[in-house]
Amino acid sequence: MNIFVCLKQTPARDSVIRFADHGKRIDESGLTYELNEPDAFALEEGIRLKEENGGKVVVVSVGPERAIAVIREALAKGADRGILIENDESFQVDAFAIAKALAAVLSEESPDIVLTGLQADDLGFGQTGVILAELLNLPHASIVVKIVEISDGSIRVRKELESGWFQNIDMPLPALLTIQSGTNKPRYATLMGIKKAKTKPVEYYSIRDLGVEPLRSQTIENFYAPPKTKETQFFEGSSREAADKLAEKLKFEARIL
Amino acid sequence: MSVLVVAEHHGGKWHKMSWDTLVAGQTVAALLKTELSALILGAQIEPLAAELATHRVDRVFVAEHELLSEYSSDGYTIAIQQVIGRVSPDLILFPHSYFVRDYGPKLAARLNRSFLNDVIDINVKENCIRFTRQLFQGKINADVTFSDDLPHFISIQSGAYRGDTLEPTGNFAPVEKIDVTIDPTDIRTRYGEWFRESKSKVDLSSAEIIVSVGRGIKDPKHIPIAKGLAEALGGELAASRPVCDNGWLPLERQVGSSGQTVSPKLYLAIGISGAIQHVVGMKGAEKIAAINQDAGAPIFEIADYGIIGDLFEVVPALTEAILAIKED
Ligand SMILES: Cc1cc2nc3c(=O)[nH]c(=O)nc-3n(C[C@H](O)[C@H](O)[C@H](O)COP(=O)(O)OP(=O)(O)OC[C@H]3O[C@@H](n4cnc5c(N)ncnc54)[C@H](O)[C@@H]3O)c2cc1C
Repeated sequence: MNIFVCLKQTPARDSVIRFADHGKRIDESGLTYELNEPDAFALEEGIRLKEENGGKVVVVSVGPERAIAVIREALAKGADRGILIENDESFQVDAFAIAKALAAVLSEESPDIVLTGLQADDLGFGQTGVILAELLNLPHASIVVKIVEISDGSIRVRKELESGWFQNIDMPLPALLTIQSGTNKPRYATLMGIKKAKTKPVEYYSIRDLGVEPLRSQTIENFYAPPKTKETQFFEGSSREAADKLAEKLKFEARIL
Repeated sequence: MSVLVVAEHHGGKWHKMSWDTLVAGQTVAALLKTELSALILGAQIEPLAAELATHRVDRVFVAEHELLSEYSSDGYTIAIQQVIGRVSPDLILFPHSYFVRDYGPKLAARLNRSFLNDVIDINVKENCIRFTRQLFQGKINADVTFSDDLPHFISIQSGAYRGDTLEPTGNFAPVEKIDVTIDPTDIRTRYGEWFRESKSKVDLSSAEIIVSVGRGIKDPKHIPIAKGLAEALGGELAASRPVCDNGWLPLERQVGSSGQTVSPKLYLAIGISGAIQHVVGMKGAEKIAAINQDAGAPIFEIADYGIIGDLFEVVPALTEAILAIKED
């Protein structure tokens, strides 16, 4: 099986986000980065598919040079080959351009299955996989929580629906799946894996050379902190003092004690 | 400029977000001083179309086809593409539902357009439309403009506009049928019945007090800290999704878009950041209290009471304080 997994490098989950140029940009100076959380589950799903069905796992990322770290991480966990499509912009990008870049590279390959995370937790589009399926003319399922079975060139997956409902979907391969967080237990890289990763091939492209046009269909005019919709009463002091004040409020104002 | 809202339903019932999206459409149509149409797709949908026609729209389009009787990304994409070809809207609003997540960006891409999801506000200034959406799981807002050609495709976040206040009027907007052609072979996916994993034994929707615990609790061995507070308050214990995904608490205690929707008198969120998918499940609470070490956590945007601090110190202290009050 030719398994492709798309990965994005995103700011670490608990990052404090600061602005620069009066909110025109995000200040990247203090940020650390990690593999986007849902993508870690997509990667694990891809590696398991290889273990069960044989084949190769190729990981592809669009991002600045630093995104090579998530490719190396994936190679250390068991992916066989990496592709980095370099794009200097971290936050002024839209999913359409990213999907076009991925499609330009993947259309030269012959994937049996393409996996993405269901969304990147920074920009929160949740679109890249769905658009990529369209551009590659593949059937797809989004918000997949389980690959139920693969047989005779078709695949059955379980998709999450709203409010705790699920549904199985059958479709022919090749196909694209966007994977939900929490669906498996992503493995850690072993020391051996990290060593081996150094010898695995990585190809580089630049998003401009791939002829992606336009690079931007949407522009973020400014970033800012969300306005509060409620007047929050904050309780300060030591933990005990704050807790006492909150308990008082719960009794006398919220009247729930 | 003309505005089209795509309304969603399942099993003969409206998706609640359809009304939020309709209100967003009414708001933006008024700002642009233009007409508002609504589209409904499916099979045997006359009653729904008639109901839609009484909800302050100028026109209702109906695309009926046997192959639209159940949702499919291929079927919806093909059908709406044909409707767009016929009625040429300039701005198309979708509810940000799971279905729309599944076909909206695909439809836009097929027409060589980008898609803007999770819009929470729309402003018009000198004929330029600015859309507000949230980034970083709700920590940041951004104002976005399109640079591609019309039509623009956007989806509206649940609850961003208040559809629950929308009342039918006595007026019926004209309902127009639009023929769509779909071939069975166009639909590459086969969809099974909807099901739930297990019948939930816990009904959080009637709980008056809920203590809800998030990933900030860090390890299952700390769950008793939250449980102790829930017991002191006489409330139910609930959780955000990662806590249930990790198996620290059973799935039936999950609150949010893929879990339960609750509206207690008090919702006390511990170590929960307040991502939209969580918030849609609990923002109907009468009072919301949050304990979080990050002053910028989005949960504080909707909290009535907040303590910025370490839950491992604050929660035990709060449990003691509550027990002391109860003993008095
Ligand atoms: C399609 C879809 C459906 C989803 N459905 C749901 C759903 O139904 N329910 C749901 O909850 N989520 C759902 N999610 C996930 C959601 O987007 C968030 O990822 C999730 O809600 C985050 O959970 P959290 O707040 O517990 O964790 P995090 O976002 O990681 O937040 C942890 C918080 O704990 C705080 N913290 C850490 N340590 C401490 C400490 N010592 N003291 C105090 N505070 C501390 C941190 O500051 C942070 O704010 C869904 C996502 C998608 C894409």
